[in-house]
Parts: sequence; structure tokens; C-alpha cells
Amino acid sequence: MFGGGANLKLAVSNIIKQYQPALIGVGTTCLSETIGDDVPLILREYILKNHDPEGPAVVSVSTPSYSGTHIDGFHGAIRATVDALAKKENPDAGGINLFPGMLSPADYRHYKEILSDFGARYQMLPDYSQTLDGPMWTEYQKIPAGGTPIKEIVAMGDASGSIELGRVLAKTKSAGKLLADKFAIPCHSIGLPIGIKETDLFFDRISAITGKPMPEKYVQERSRLIDAYADGHKYVFEARAVVYGEEDLVIGMASFLSEIGVVPALCASGGKSGHLKAMLRDVIDDFDAKGITVMEGVDFVEIGEAAKKAHADFFIGNSKGYKIAREMKKPLIRIGFPIHDRMGGARIVHIGYRGAQQLFDCITNTIIQCRQDASPIGYTYM
Amino acid sequence: MTVMPEKKTENEEDAKAWREIKPEDVKKTILAKYPAKVARKRSKHFVINKKKDEQNYEEIQANVRTIPGIISQRGCCYAGCKGVVMGPTRDIINLTHGPIGCGFYSWLTRRNQTDPSTTPDGHNFMTYCFSTDMQDEEVIFGGEKKLAQAIQEAYDIFKPKMISVFSTCPIGLIGDDIHAVTRKMQEKLGITIFGFSCEGYKGVSQSAGHHVANNGLFKHVIGQDDTVGEGKYRVNLLGEYNIGGDEFIIDEIFEKCGIKIVSTFSGNSSVDHFRNSHTADLNLIMCHRSINYVADMMEEKYGIPWMKVNFLGAKATSASLRKIAQYYGDQELIDRVEAVIAEEMVAVEKAQADVRPRLEGKLAMMFVGGSRAHHYQELFSEMGMQTIAAGYEFAHRDDYEGRHVLPTIRVDADSRNIEELTVEKDPERYNPRIPEEELKAEERHGIKLKEYEGMMADMEEGFTYAIDDISQYETEKMIEIYKPAIFCAGIKEKYMVQKHGMPMKQLHSYDSGGPYAVYKGAINFYYEIDRMINSKVWGHIRAPWEESPELTAMYADE
Repeated sequence: MFGGGANLKLAVSNIIKQYQPALIGVGTTCLSETIGDDVPLILREYILKNHDPEGPAVVSVSTPSYSGTHIDGFHGAIRATVDALAKKENPDAGGINLFPGMLSPADYRHYKEILSDFGARYQMLPDYSQTLDGPMWTEYQKIPAGGTPIKEIVAMGDASGSIELGRVLAKTKSAGKLLADKFAIPCHSIGLPIGIKETDLFFDRISAITGKPMPEKYVQERSRLIDAYADGHKYVFEARAVVYGEEDLVIGMASFLSEIGVVPALCASGGKSGHLKAMLRDVIDDFDAKGITVMEGVDFVEIGEAAKKAHADFFIGNSKGYKIAREMKKPLIRIGFPIHDRMGGARIVHIGYRGAQQLFDCITNTIIQCRQDASPIGYTYM
Repeated sequence: MTVMPEKKTENEEDAKAWREIKPEDVKKTILAKYPAKVARKRSKHFVINKKKDEQNYEEIQANVRTIPGIISQRGCCYAGCKGVVMGPTRDIINLTHGPIGCGFYSWLTRRNQTDPSTTPDGHNFMTYCFSTDMQDEEVIFGGEKKLAQAIQEAYDIFKPKMISVFSTCPIGLIGDDIHAVTRKMQEKLGITIFGFSCEGYKGVSQSAGHHVANNGLFKHVIGQDDTVGEGKYRVNLLGEYNIGGDEFIIDEIFEKCGIKIVSTFSGNSSVDHFRNSHTADLNLIMCHRSINYVADMMEEKYGIPWMKVNFLGAKATSASLRKIAQYYGDQELIDRVEAVIAEEMVAVEKAQADVRPRLEGKLAMMFVGGSRAHHYQELFSEMGMQTIAAGYEFAHRDDYEGRHVLPTIRVDADSRNIEELTVEKDPERYNPRIPEEELKAEERHGIKLKEYEGMMADMEEGFTYAIDDISQYETEKMIEIYKPAIFCAGIKEKYMVQKHGMPMKQLHSYDSGGPYAVYKGAINFYYEIDRMINSKVWGHIRAPWEESPELTAMYADE
């Protein structure tokens, strides 16, 4: 009735006393948005009143559940953080800003490995590779180690280029675009690097910014991957898949599936950017010939019904699709987020040649297993 | 490579070291980190378990607002109503009116199981997530039309017997009248349709949602079907949510004893059973906090007495079964119950003897629910383990101190927000199941009715703690100081505890385990805890306190 200002200020003050954080993030809810709390104003008042130059940075982002999907909150939080912290302090510093997309902690570790192997200076935001999949503690940690250091977020204003991953993200007011507008940092918007084609593009952009060729290690990985494609394509070609999840993940996954010969017969998302179909057409060269169904803003019941019509052989997406896959008695290959009915979701690598290799083996083996299990004989050579 | 010292799997020689630690010092040290005002408030929730007189334990503050900026275990009103009480129902379409997040994150996350084969229509909607998926425009222009459409759509597809609607924060704020919409749709479709005003901001925790759910079931469902079913001893089991299959094995034991469950609230339940639950002779309450309202109201309206039971722990199970038999006072039932107990206890005692040498004297902490932190102490003590600290997320004082404190509980504005139904005797169906004098005296055959002594009475005095709405910070300090062998809580605490290099058992969802109720479940639990505590994986980890053993000494010397 009286607004949440007093509560928010008290919370910030109690958090500072207990945890002494360097940054406090504030996300709004349906409640605070609907009653019309002006969160940035409340926080400004707090900071002015407590004028502590040593105090934590406070970043807020508008995230009511009734606006968009979780992916909008994800990218919104990144943009808000960059907007609040990035500065142009040392224009000669250079380096790459990487906005990695919503992927697994293992993907984030792989991104960092790739950039390090290029010898590139980089800042990646966010970075939950440690915080969501970290080692056992050896001592009490009030705030778990890991994450993007604040000074690196500040330094994002000095970078010589940003790479943001996600073809739909490219159409939004992203953190990369904000840095381009504010500090004239060129922003390279490409798709999530899933499968060879999209990963090539990613390496290509890093090479362009750093002026360095692809490190030999990745030349080898790429080549081994193609070797595996050659070896295994006969098992997977013309298999039909249902791909669902965040739009950018669906685009990346569909691009990969199509390059190994699997038909992404149904590509579906709860997101509704209006770009999904066009983007899929961009990444799948024989899109029209394959008769691919694209659905935006759908729920699992709608996906399930369309999946039956699509004569799918397997599903690929998060744990929430289990019910529809089970109904059709088809396997579900778990990728993305959330994965809550299997171990190791945090350790799935989706990106890079390495990720494609793991996905390829997994998909091929799933198809082989289905054929093996369906046989009444019990052959050990399939 | 560092050579890790072998982790002791036998009783640590310092098993009694915790008794050297002075609880007053611990409390002082932990609260010292808070700003003075916060410390004063938290001090009332952080109680050393002591009797202050013959009858009463130290007063504990509970069911009041969490201090902003404290990382709390609590959930919201919607969680208590939709998730806890109504979530385990299978043949009701539970439709969340609100943005998608509320529905999505309460979608079958609680591991409540069900068996649709026990109702003729076999309806089971549990694996679905029903939501009106409110968007910005509906928040601006109102969502009543979308709600009516959603109800219609759900009806058309599933033809359910009942649809219930849950109101979320924005719905309450924009003023959608869910009750008007559901009334209209009920008239139109001819099935039971009603709404719960369980907006997340109501009350101080999920407890408010339990109350709202109880009211809704009582007003709209219980008493709709007067058919009296079979069975000589007919009971309802209240506050049992069939996590990991608990209800299934309680039912099995009941059947052995010849006791018939008319309806469970709400694990493995059906709306058919809710509807004629008022035909039972006796209400048994497992989770006192979440469901005592319905029991009270059923007594008022229909004359059904209630008693507190607990089927977690073999001893508690036997005591509860004996209580039920004694209540009926029928020698046949008493003998049958004794025979079942004797039969079941053979395996229980064997299992206890097996695990005790590996678990004796080890410490456990549990912070969960509004009854579970009490009930599970039974199981731990049967393994020879000591519960050093326990508390609830959403309990009220009576759950800690016992129902005799009820008249002294101050009702604040947050609790007054939740409707209290005025219940009167049903002119036709009121039928006292026992003589009115016994109902009034709250006692039959020496068995106390409507009685619950609370958690504190079952905990050792002087050395143990009852901590209400424990914060993450306090949790970490308690772990650091006492180094318990196991910590029990929910998913929000899971990773934080495991990162300390110690086992963590979820007592909301049971992780991947269960059932733990009655005898079979108790054995299951003993062995699971044994495997968790004595697992070889801990041999690869050195816990922080193994690196700096002076921690204990520090607190002991202070």
C-alpha cells in the first residue's frame, strides 16, 4: 500500500552489513512493478543519503514476470550492469567484450579457454562458470569466488570490439549495442557458436579483432569433428528432430542438426521475437525444401501436438519436454537449461567444435541405441 | 599431490565435544554480526531450548515478517496454497492466474506422488502446468477475460471434475475479481470452480497460503458428497503430502490394521475423496501447521474430532497407531495394531542395530517446514543421532511451544489479512462421533484430542536450539561451529551446505529418495542417512574445520 522503498533500503543496508559485497543487483518483481515503485530512484536516494564512496555499486533491472521471457531478464540484467559500470578510461587498453548467451558453465569455461588460446585480452559478462559449477570450498566463503570482476566490467568501455552471441539478441537493445552507442565500440552480432558453421563465424570474428589465426589446437578439433561427421553421418541423416527452448538456442541447435543431416522438423520456442523463422532460414540453406515447421510463443502442449505431425524421431531440449517425448515414446536428448532430471547439465558443452563433437556423438548414439533396443534379436553391431 | 587424511567413519572420539560449547556464547557471537536493531529482532527467533517453568519453554518469536536483506528460507503465500496444499491433488485442474513464472517454478517440483488408478476416471493432471500467462497488456487492462477463456479451454480439453484458480501478486494489485469469474464459469460449466486469493504478498510466509487453501477446500469441496463408504474405522489423514510415496506406505500399514483412509489431505488425494471426507470418524493430523484449520472447522461443523499423529520414526508410528486404536477402544483393533507393530518391529530393530554403531552420537541439524523439523528428529534419535538445532520456515509459536500457548499468541496485521471462517454446526450433518462431553474435554479413553506439545518439548534442554526462520548467514555459522554430520533443509540450502563438504538431505522433496514414513520408510531412511554420512566421497574432501580444528576450542573457551 505504501510502496516498497523503505523495505528495499533496509534490505540493501542489511546486505551490506552481512556480506560487504562489491555490487548489489536488484531485480524487480511483478509486485514492485505493478505498485509502481521507482526502483532506480529509491536506490539513488539510498546512495545519496549514505554517501559512502567505498560502498558497493548498485545495479537495478526491470524484470516483471509478465514481460517477455526469462531470456529478456537475462540479457536485461547484463545490459543494466554494463550501463551502470562500463567506462572509457584507457582507450588504448583494447580487448574483446564477450556476451556469451545463456549457456552452461562448461560452455563459459570453453569460451574462456578459446579466448585465452588466442592470447586475447577479454572481458566476459556474465561468467557463472565458477559460481554455478564450482569446486568444493576449502574455507568459508560468504560470497562464492568467481564471476566477472567488477574492474573488467568497467573496462568493457575500453574494448576494441564486442562479440555478442545470439541472432535474435542481435535484433534487441543489447549490452553490445549500448557499448557501441556510448563508446563507439564495434559490435559483432553473430549466432551462438553451435555446430561447425556458426563456430567458424565465431573464430572468424575473434581472428578479425585480434588479428591472429585460429590456434592449431582448434584447427585439429575442427578437423577431427569433420572426420567424425564423415564417419557417423550415415546413422543420423534424415532423422527428424524436435528442437525447443530459447530462440537463440533453437537457432544454433537447428543449424548444427541440419549440417549433420538431421532435419530439425519442428523448431519451437516460448519466445516470440518475430524473427525465429527468418533466422532459421538464414542458418539452414535448404530450409524450404525440408518443410521445417517453426512455432513461436508456444507451450509444451502445442509443441507436443505439432511433434506428432512432424513425425519426430527424437526431441532435443531441456527437461521440461520430458512429458511430450514420453507420450510419443521418443528419446529426449537433454541440452540447455533447465536439466533437472539428469546429472551434469552444468557440464554439457554446447559450443565450439568440442561441443559439436559431444552433441554429435550423443545424438548418433541415441539413434543407434533406439535401433538396437527395437531389434528383437539383440545385435551388437548396428 | 596432497595426501588426504582418512576421514573417520567410526564414532569420532570428540562426539561429546559439542556439549563443551556454551549456547549463550554461540548466540552472542552469531548475532553480533547484525546491526543492533536486527540483532534484537533475530534474538527472539534464536532460542536456546530451555524450560522457563513447569509447563512452558522459552518463548520463540515466529510467524512474523522476515527482515529485508536477510537471506530467508521462506516461500510465499501462493507457494503454500498452490504448491503445498493443492499441488499434490491430481484430478483438480490447478490454474495459476498470473504471469508464467509462478506456474512454471511450481510445476511438479515437489516430488509428491499419486496413484490415479484408485479413482474410476483415472484423471491425472499433475504433469501439466496450467497458467493464464499474463502479459503486460493484461496487467494494464485486466485479466478477467483471459481467465475465463483459460477456464473454458481447460474444461474443453480435459473435462475435469473441478478447476481451482490461484491468484498471484499482480492479480491482487490490479483487482481482477477471480471469485466473480469462477462463480460465473461454475454456473456455465456445471462443475466445481472456485478461486484462492493467495497473492504472494499476503501474510509473512507460505503459512498464509496453507490457511487460504484450507478455507477454500472447506467452503467449496468438503461435504459435497454424503455417500458413506466401507470400512469399520474410517479416518482422514491430514497434512500428509505423499512426498516420495509416504502416503502409499502409511495406507499399506493402515490397511493391515483394518483402518480405512477416507481422504488424505492432500497427498495421493482425489477430489472425490475430499468431497466425502466429512463422513469419516476421526481426523488424523500429520503436519500440524499446514492443515489444523481444516480439522478444527470439520470438528465444529460435522462433529469429527481430531488428534495429532506422526508416522515418521518407528516409535512414533507405533505410538500413533496405538493412539488410534485406543481412541476407538475396540479390542479387536487394539490387538490387530499390536500384532502389526510386533511384526514390523523385527526388521526395524535389526536395521537400527546395524546402523547405530556407525551413527551413534553424531549431530544433525534440520530447518524445514512447519512440522518436519520435529518429526524427523524421531528418525535421527532412533539411529542414535542427536539433533542439536532445529527450526521451521513458516511455523507459528504453537508448533514450537505447544498448543497451550495458543491463547497468548498475538495476532498481528499480517495474519489478520487472512480470512478466518466462522463455522457453525451443520443443521443436518452435524453428528458428534463421540459423546459431547468427551469432545468438550478433548479426551477420549485417556487419549488427548486436539493436542500437540510442539517441537521444543522433544528436544534436549540446555544444549539445543530452536531457531525460527533461520537466515543463510546463521546457517553457515551454526555449521561452522558445530560441524554436524548432516544438515537437513530444502533445495535453496542444498548447494550452500554441500559446498561445506558435508552431506545435505532435503526433507521437502527427499532429493531422489523416499518413502520414509512408517516402518519400511524408517528402515529406508536409516540406511540412506548411513550411506550419506559414511560415504567414501567425503574421504576426498577436507572440511574447513579439519583444516583448522581450533574452531571448536575457540567457542569452548570463550
